[in-house]
This record gives sequence, C-alpha cells and structure tokens, in this order.
Amino acid sequence: MPHRAFFAFILPSLVAMILFIALPIVSVVVQSFYIQHERVVSEVETCSPFGGCTKEMRVDAAATERLREEEPLGRFNGFGTYIDRNHLAFSEVGAILSDNNGLRDIIARVYNLPFYKALSFTLAYTFIVTPLAMLLGFAIALGVNAIPPFYKGPIIFFSLLPMIVTPLVGALIIYWMVSSQGIIGATLQSIFNDPTLSLKSSAVLTWITMIVYGIWHNAPFSFVVFYAGLQTVPQDTVESAMVDGASRWERIRFVIIPHLMPLATFVALVQLMDNFRVFEPIVGFSAEANATSLSWAIFNDLRGQVDALFGSAAATSMLTILGVIILLSPVLVRTWREFNRR
Amino acid sequence: MTPSARKQPLPLAIISTGFVILWVVLAAFPFIWTVWGSFKVEQDFFSRDTFWDAIYGVRTIAQTGSAFTSDGYYGAWITRDFLSSVINTLIVTVSVVVISLTFGTLGGYALARSGHRYTFWILMAALVFRAMPHITLVSGYLLPFFEMNIWGYLPTAIIVLVAINQPFTLWMLHSFFLSIPKDLDESAMVDGCSRFQAFRLVVIPVMWPGVITTGLFSFLLAYNDFATTAMLLSQPNQTMVPKIASFLGTVQQEGNVMFAVAAVVSATAPLFVLVMFFQRQIVSGLTAGAVKG
Repeated sequence: MPHRAFFAFILPSLVAMILFIALPIVSVVVQSFYIQHERVVSEVETCSPFGGCTKEMRVDAAATERLREEEPLGRFNGFGTYIDRNHLAFSEVGAILSDNNGLRDIIARVYNLPFYKALSFTLAYTFIVTPLAMLLGFAIALGVNAIPPFYKGPIIFFSLLPMIVTPLVGALIIYWMVSSQGIIGATLQSIFNDPTLSLKSSAVLTWITMIVYGIWHNAPFSFVVFYAGLQTVPQDTVESAMVDGASRWERIRFVIIPHLMPLATFVALVQLMDNFRVFEPIVGFSAEANATSLSWAIFNDLRGQVDALFGSAAATSMLTILGVIILLSPVLVRTWREFNRR
Repeated sequence: MTPSARKQPLPLAIISTGFVILWVVLAAFPFIWTVWGSFKVEQDFFSRDTFWDAIYGVRTIAQTGSAFTSDGYYGAWITRDFLSSVINTLIVTVSVVVISLTFGTLGGYALARSGHRYTFWILMAALVFRAMPHITLVSGYLLPFFEMNIWGYLPTAIIVLVAINQPFTLWMLHSFFLSIPKDLDESAMVDGCSRFQAFRLVVIPVMWPGVITTGLFSFLLAYNDFATTAMLLSQPNQTMVPKIASFLGTVQQEGNVMFAVAAVVSATAPLFVLVMFFQRQIVSGLTAGAVKG
C-alpha cells in the first residue's frame, strides 16, 4: 500500500490517539514539574484605640484567586514533587534507612508512606491475582472440556458474567455480600462465633478479600482462552502419548500445557496490564484505609477535598507510566527482536 | 481412539464435574442473590440477624405488606433520577461504538495491508497506549479541559473514550483484516477500482463478523468505564457507573443503600442480555487476539 493511501486510511485513528493519548502524556509530564501556588499572604496592620497597632499576616483570597487564574499550572517545582513525602519520599526513606530497628521496622515504616503503600498493594494484587486466576481458569477449562456438550453453553454463559460485569458494580455486589450484614460476612461471623469479625477491620482481611475478588473477576478470561486452546490440541500427539503409556497427568503436563504456552503468555500479558491499573475494587470495597493503588492515588489527588492536586497526580501518573513500561519491556524487547529477524 | 480410553475414571469424573458446578455457583450466585435482594427492604438484605430474612423477606412483609417491593427501583429511577444517567450512558456508548469502529476499520485495514516498517511502530505504540492506566491519561486531560472550558460535557467524554479505545480496536481489527485474503481487494484493484473503492465495495461486505465482535468490546469499554466518566462529566451529565458511585456517598441515609442495589441490578441487566445474545462473538473475540496476536 503506498504511503499516501496508508495515511489517508489511518489518519482519523492516528489523530485521535495523538490528541487524546500522546498529548495528555506530554501534559502529564509538564504538569508533574509544577505545583499549585501557595496562598498569597499579605501583611495587614490593625490598630485599636488603646493597644496600639499590631501587624499580622493574612491570606489574601482575592490575590490568590487572581494568581491561579493567571497561571493555572502553578509554579515550577522541578523534580520537587517526585521526591516529596507523598511520592518517592527520598528524605523520609533516607531517615528510615539510617535509623531503624531491623528489616521489619524498615518495611513497616516505608509501607506507611503513601506512595509505597499504594505501590505495594498494586504489585501484590498484580502478581498474586494474575497467576492464580490463570491457574483457576485452566482448571475450569479442563473441567468444562470433559463435560457433555449440551451443558457447555449455559456453563460458559454463567462463567462470562464475573468478567463482563462493570468492575465497580462487580466489586459492589461482592462487597455487599461480604460486609458484616451481608450473607457471607454474617455467616463467617457465626461460624467463627466472633460478632466483631469484619473484613474491613484489618488490612490482611481487606487484601485477601480484594485478591479473591480479583481472581473471581479475572479467571473467566483465562478460562475462555484456554478452553478455546484445548479444542485445538492435536489429537495425534495425545494418542501417541497414550500409546507410549503416558498417564492422564503426564498427557496434561507434556502435551497440553506446552501446546497452551503461547496462549498463556498472551493471557498473562493482558492480565498484568489490566491488574496493574487496579482501581474500581478499591472504590467499591471502600478499602482506601487498608489498601490503595497507584490509580487510586491519582484519582484521590484529582478530586482533592479543597483543590485538585494536579502536580501531585501528574507525578504519580509519571511513576505509574514508568511502571507500565518496565512491566511491558520484556514483551517489547522480544517483539522488537522477532520483527528484526523477519 | 476408542471412547472408553478417553473416558475419565469415575472418581476423577466426580471431582471434575463437582469442581465445574462449584465454579458455576461461585460465578452466578452473587448476581442471583443481588437481583433477589434488590426487591427487599434494607433491613432484610442487610439483615443483622440471619440471611434467611432476605430469603423470606420478613421485614419487607412487615413494612410493605408484600414479600417483594420495588421501592429501591422507584427511589433510584424516579427520586434520584437514575433515568437521566441511563440516557447519558446510551448516548455515550452508541457514539463511542460508532465512532471508534469507523476510525478503527479504516486504520486496521491500512495496518493489515501495508508492509511498511512504520506499521510495526504504530502497533507497538498502540500496545503501550493500551497498557496505560486510564486515570493517568485523565490526569493529563483535566487541567487543559478546565482551561478550554470543555470539561463536563458528553461529547468530551465520548471523544476521549474513543481515543482510549483506539489501540485495542486497531489491534483487533488489524488481526481480523489479516485473515481476509489480500487477493480479494487486490483483484478488485486490478479490475480498476481505487483503493478506497476496493475497500468500500469488496472489503466492507465481508468484514461484519469482525466488526461486530470488536464493536461488542468497544461497547463494554464505554459501558464499564468509571475512571474517565467519573472525572470528566459534570453532575447532570453523569453516566450510570459514576452515578452509582455517587449513591454510595450518601449511604448513611436510611434506604439509600437499596437505591444503589437497585441501580446496580439495573446496570447489570443489559450486560446479561448482551452475553445471552452475543456469547459466541464474545468468546471468539477473546480468543481471536490470543490465537493471532
């Protein structure tokens, strides 16, 4: 296809992506170097008839407003936002490293810094949910594959629901069931005979609930892909493995799993990308006290109580984008090599 | 191979079937339970005593005289004006699907038919864009949109969702057009069609299965989005999902939880119907990327 025709065809799509994905990334970069203006303070002299005159500092609301109108970006801050307490917290981490009571203390105190707290849940969620959901999906696929064809349609229908449902809605549905007055939460309370047992009360329980939710939400995707892969397993290979005396397990281990490996790479890639942006479950489970994620931290900065903290949100966004690139780098490098070989 | 050799031994068959049944219950029960509970009063669905209250509707009968009540739905749809957010969702999803499919088919076709080096780079850039958490992009939009005074309106959210959707649509349709033989449109061009005529007269008639599948996923992205719509739409223009989230803010007030439950069920119902009618396309769409990508 000649260049002209190619660009004529792809132009709308390219323009949309440049305007609303590439430019916003530039905008994030720029914003991350700025910080909102401090309030303009002016000296006001108040005199009373007897006490003489006193000078005091007052916030000049009108002047602050004017300054914000003129320079909506705020003032230049360089890398200041990146290393402040709410992000990489260099000085705090330095203080912790130089004065601590062993590894446990370091971990506990670093975890209390907002950025590291969000990062640790994001990474834990991504790297626990992805493999477990794939394992569950594979097990379901093997199970469904052995079932009479008549039942497969309805089973696939119900299996798709946890994945297709709006993430926020799915999280709410599960949250209402596990809350202390919901069916699962109340039943757990009576089983353990502990009326104060609540999934919100401890960080560990919150993390477990969210990870179980994540597996429930992600397993159907692996299931569907692996199930489709199972239909294309070469029967000749399976049969010759049987002739050679391979047991059922050995056939799965040495024929089926190698056949599904390329699919597994694809599923892992997609799910890592999706789980890294975990956000809705935290809103749905109102779990922000015990578990925050990078996406949630950005969201929280943007709808700050007083003013949106654009600079802070942008800095977290930049760090998140860096994380995405690190996550994707093995794939990008491999694709680049394959492309060059062609 | 004889069927008997393939058959599972009985204990394994029982375990495997039992496992599948357990999974189906885990997948389906939360939805069934919430749909059932949405017709009860709050003291039943969130009972302090026992979950049997929710099944028999003890307090629902005491308060309303019947075992089922649609108070939650009335509250959500009429009192809290869920209806307007349903209409907003309809506008947003339909526009997003139509626009992103139009852009996506043109772009995907070009990527599938061009052998130049830059197609690789465009596809790689699309992959990286696909991996961006949406909220990071939103933090880039927000300040410029405030400055340009286009924050809060439906068209803004629509065009943003279209753009966020493009990388995925491009990949999907690119791999779909690769499966349509090149000879088809090239022979049309030999017969004297221009590239665009070949696309319009020869490719468009055979592309619908791929377009419908891709359209389903564009629909799901627009319908399920929370991060973008919650941040970019003003209160009166809210779509369903941010509206549900805003119900939660006022949860303290008596009865409002049931508004949220009813709204959640209302928002899930269209997805049920979608899966029912398009199960085959959804499954093939999920696997298409895997097999070809």
